Amino acid sequence: MVNRVVVGAHYGLKDWLAQRVTALVMAVYTLVMVVLLSVTGGGFDAWRGLMAHSFVRFITFIFVLSLCYHAWVGIRDIWMDYVKPTAIRLTLHVLTLLALVGYAGWTTQILWRL
Amino acid sequence: MSNRTLQFKIYRYDPDKDQKPYMQEIAVEVESTDRKLLDAMVKLKAKDDSIAFRRSCREGVCGSDAMNINGRNGLACLTDLTTFPEGKPIVLRPLPGLPVIRDLIVDMTQFFKQYHSIKPYLINNDPPPETERLQSPEDREELNGLYECILCACCSTSCPSFWWNPDKFVGPAGLLAAYRFIADTRDQATSERLDNLEDPYRLFRCHTIMNCVEACPKGLNPTKAIGKIKDMMVRRAV
Ligand code: SF4
Ligand code: SF4
Ligand code: FES
Repeated sequence: MVNRVVVGAHYGLKDWLAQRVTALVMAVYTLVMVVLLSVTGGGFDAWRGLMAHSFVRFITFIFVLSLCYHAWVGIRDIWMDYVKPTAIRLTLHVLTLLALVGYAGWTTQILWRL
Repeated sequence: MSNRTLQFKIYRYDPDKDQKPYMQEIAVEVESTDRKLLDAMVKLKAKDDSIAFRRSCREGVCGSDAMNINGRNGLACLTDLTTFPEGKPIVLRPLPGLPVIRDLIVDMTQFFKQYHSIKPYLINNDPPPETERLQSPEDREELNGLYECILCACCSTSCPSFWWNPDKFVGPAGLLAAYRFIADTRDQATSERLDNLEDPYRLFRCHTIMNCVEACPKGLNPTKAIGKIKDMMVRRAV
């Protein structure tokens, strides 16, 4: 098995599709937020007011999840292109995942603390 | 047009003699009957016969004289001498990203390995009919823009995804050929062909950079074919 090139992990389509879908989610969220903020105006109180609605919290949460998944696929692609040794790459994948999951958790905490 | 002198800068490397590659400057006189870059290169070769390059058909059919011309991949035999600006040397390099055998000759093993990996032949297990396997004109239409590929490798060697992963990413030429058989109504292995590509490397390394379309001297569009394969995979999955 030593030097044979191995391909055929069947998650190519799933991740590619997920990347498109999450991009769409983020685009829609951005539009919604721009509209909402242009109605309420900027500033800390306006933000707080917005985030008091559980609907806004919910879509923000979905946005963050999309962002994390999108970033996961993108960053993994970079590691796949430039980092060849399997052990180093796996380590980087795990670190990336941990960081992204951490961010997602942290964001959730912030959102529901407001 | 009368005779004129063309300046060249040519990538030279002979692994038996040279420590590392260098650029050779050389001039050659061409006549009005010399229309294509390849004509000038044949004259160059007569002047300095140590310059190595491949060529055969001299009319854009065999795909052997692909090279990097002033920074763009193309076929010397299809590149008009009139397209070069006066007074600037014509810079010739081997196709990027493949190992150099000598001068402008590259080792295409990796490229053809990828091509063969998509099974570039019709798979049909039905007994062959008396005459030929028929297609409707509309079904045949879908193969236009796919079957014309001459495997010159201009596209794949201009694709960054192929530079980084030539062992794992099929590359635009191979994927164009893959779609040529996926789209063929006479082929019975569509599902296996899609399985064969459903992998984060083989197909999905393509990030739609479209260098391949820009490079193809036959005016083909591998990006479009790749998009259609992705569409079919989505259709199959949902
Ligand atoms: S469109 Fe895809 S195959 Fe073509 S050059 Fe870009 S990455 Fe390569
Ligand atoms: S698609 Fe075009 S550039 Fe690519 S190998 Fe075929 S003919 Fe050459
Ligand atoms: S010599 Fe055959 S394609 Fe140019």
